[in-house]
Amino acid sequence: MIYREAGDFSSTYVQDSQTFPIKFDRYRYYLVLAVAFLVVPFVINDYWANAILLPFLIYAIAAIGLNILTGYCGQVSLGTGGFMAVGAYACYKLMTAFPDVNIFFHVILSGLITAGVGVLFGLPSLRIKGFYLAVATLAAQFFLVWLFNRVPWFYNYSASGQISAPERTLFGVEVTGPNTEAWATYLFCLVFLTGSAIIARNLTRGTLGRTWMAIRDMDIAAEIIGVNPLRAKLTAFAISSFFVGISGALFFAVYLGAVEVGEAFGIQKSFLVLFMVIIGGLGSIFGSFAGAAFLVLLPVVLKVVGADMFGWPTDIVAHLQLLIVGGLIITFLILEPHGLAQLWRVAKEKLRLWPFPH
Amino acid sequence: MKLRLTTLALGAVMAAGPVMADLVFPSLSYRTGAYAANGIPFADGYEDYFTLLNERDGGIGGVPVKVIECETGYNTEKGVECYEATKGEGALVYQPLSTGITYQLIPKATADGIPVHSMGYGRTSAKNGEVFRNIFNYPANYWDGASVAIKHLLEQNGGDLSGKKIALVYHNSAYGKEPIRTLEELGKKHGYELMLLPVDHPGQEQKSQWLQVRRERPDNVIMWGWGVMNSVAIQEAVNIRFPMENFIGIWWSGSENDVLPAGAGADGYKALTFHNLGDDYPLYDDLKQYVVDAGKAAGAGDQLGTALYNRGLYAAMLAAEAAKTAQEIHGTKDITPAMMRDGMEALVIDEAKMEALGLPNFGPEFSVSCENHGGDGRGAVAQWDAEAGQWNMITDYIDTDQEVIGALIEEDSSAYASENNITPGCD
Repeated sequence: MIYREAGDFSSTYVQDSQTFPIKFDRYRYYLVLAVAFLVVPFVINDYWANAILLPFLIYAIAAIGLNILTGYCGQVSLGTGGFMAVGAYACYKLMTAFPDVNIFFHVILSGLITAGVGVLFGLPSLRIKGFYLAVATLAAQFFLVWLFNRVPWFYNYSASGQISAPERTLFGVEVTGPNTEAWATYLFCLVFLTGSAIIARNLTRGTLGRTWMAIRDMDIAAEIIGVNPLRAKLTAFAISSFFVGISGALFFAVYLGAVEVGEAFGIQKSFLVLFMVIIGGLGSIFGSFAGAAFLVLLPVVLKVVGADMFGWPTDIVAHLQLLIVGGLIITFLILEPHGLAQLWRVAKEKLRLWPFPH
Repeated sequence: MKLRLTTLALGAVMAAGPVMADLVFPSLSYRTGAYAANGIPFADGYEDYFTLLNERDGGIGGVPVKVIECETGYNTEKGVECYEATKGEGALVYQPLSTGITYQLIPKATADGIPVHSMGYGRTSAKNGEVFRNIFNYPANYWDGASVAIKHLLEQNGGDLSGKKIALVYHNSAYGKEPIRTLEELGKKHGYELMLLPVDHPGQEQKSQWLQVRRERPDNVIMWGWGVMNSVAIQEAVNIRFPMENFIGIWWSGSENDVLPAGAGADGYKALTFHNLGDDYPLYDDLKQYVVDAGKAAGAGDQLGTALYNRGLYAAMLAAEAAKTAQEIHGTKDITPAMMRDGMEALVIDEAKMEALGLPNFGPEFSVSCENHGGDGRGAVAQWDAEAGQWNMITDYIDTDQEVIGALIEEDSSAYASENNITPGCD
């Protein structure tokens, strides 16, 4: 009844091609933005920021990045952790080499550097496909982690091989380092996530996104109708790595503050982001958000329910968590292979007919 | 009606009860994952000691102790989550038992004013309390460990190590990289050649490292391992028939879980320690009476007397003693994290105190001060007797080479101070 196109007339082309053509959707979107920007910063505390919201925002950026490559362009990548490490180490080197430049630009620059590295490792995708490409990106994952562990220049020759983020401010407010306020780090990441989502959404709706999808659906056919596979695949790698690099930089500088490459950006990180994309929904920006929220929140919820409410031993809760997350992933893949985003789509279709289905 | 009255009365009693809060000691443990074999005994020991204090003495100075356990899985992200989840409960001191998480917590805990005690791990230069006001690593640190190992080798080789080749098999992380600098400096001083063999997390695959040991034939191997890496390394050393008495592990590579899988082959393996081993102490009688027999033991209750259980006990004992010291200094039973910090900084452990606690000769005597958050850094060498299935201390507590270590600590801590705009001082 409320969720329908009828009665909402577009009188300009801009209006006609907007992201949310349905009025209800549009207002819901504005409401979410308003709550995220104007309400949450006032009620947030350290626990909510560091345990739930920061990881969610940062993983959502990484999931958007991987979704562009895997969901839209169809190139399976297991190198997300390695590319996040590139973002983190680029950000660290930039922060320490140019302390006077604003951290905001460092994060963007780290994204650009990661994009360059991504293109380099994307080159084999022109010759190999599917599982073989997955193995090639796996090589990137292991090589990059090894590189950052092996070459002391990347961690400024510190004795422990750890990198730690120095204090940096934005408009006089600290966003990295130990003395940050929860709302500042939250807003900083939220701005990046909002920007990333808007850019990604509009890219995937435009020419570039359509060439990616053409390559994903059938690359030979796409080539015949005039899509340049070199350009399509390499742009997908570059843009995907750009977002992944930004998330790596934020993960290191804002969220954790100190990382060790093998532990923070190992292969399990690549799988985690891949699971987010698969559970959330391949080829959907909303799916990236849903997948990130699901995999960040679920362990915390299980822990709070199991250990804090029922007082079960912590090791049993940790094991249960593995069981439940694993079980849910399998259940999802069987019952809804298109992920949470598909559930959302079905719900919207139903809502459109409500309350008078045929 | 009657029921309601009872409920009201009960509510009133509960409201009128003592408002004294518990003393909160969070235990960031790991009972799952690749490091669980070592994480479990430590966590059990830590918790059991506090349970004993509650059951026997009613807590510390009459205030009950509350241990909040939080599973980290040796993972820094979960460690941060645990820290944020428990710090609001009035946590007095954090002992994360992970160098990675300690690095993570150093800036955060300093900003929040909560002390961190990284006993025998963490950032070594935190010994310099003028820079690291809230971080403590008494009674010994990694660089002390490196020095103790080299001193032991010196003693074995008649005071001369020149021309010898020593290999370091280490966990390729912040933890394993800590001793490299010290071993290099000591190498310059004593003339041995250092060979570095990194092992990546989690350390189940070490064939290539031990092949290299077999080919290069180092005179001694020193190991900085943790979790499953330890038992794999010892098994590999047995496989290549490396003489066990030339193989020394840091104190984190010296638990029963590490040597038992290799069976009789592990006989003679040496590991460092900064406290005594075994269960022949009066405290164990109390533990049995108040905790184990009462069914209140943490975990499965089968770890009593193991090396890492003792270390957990020792960590809890030092924390409890620091809390007592804090209560004395500030004249209040209900201490805050800031008071706890003062207590830790004024901590003195001597033989009389340990004797009174039922742990005679359990650890070295030491005292903490603002300039020295690391104690005296003495460590001993223990050797595994596979037949008897126990560790035997084969040396006394050895004094470390403070000349070399002191200079390195000064260098590293002043670098940290200038990076983070800290003015060192003891005000």
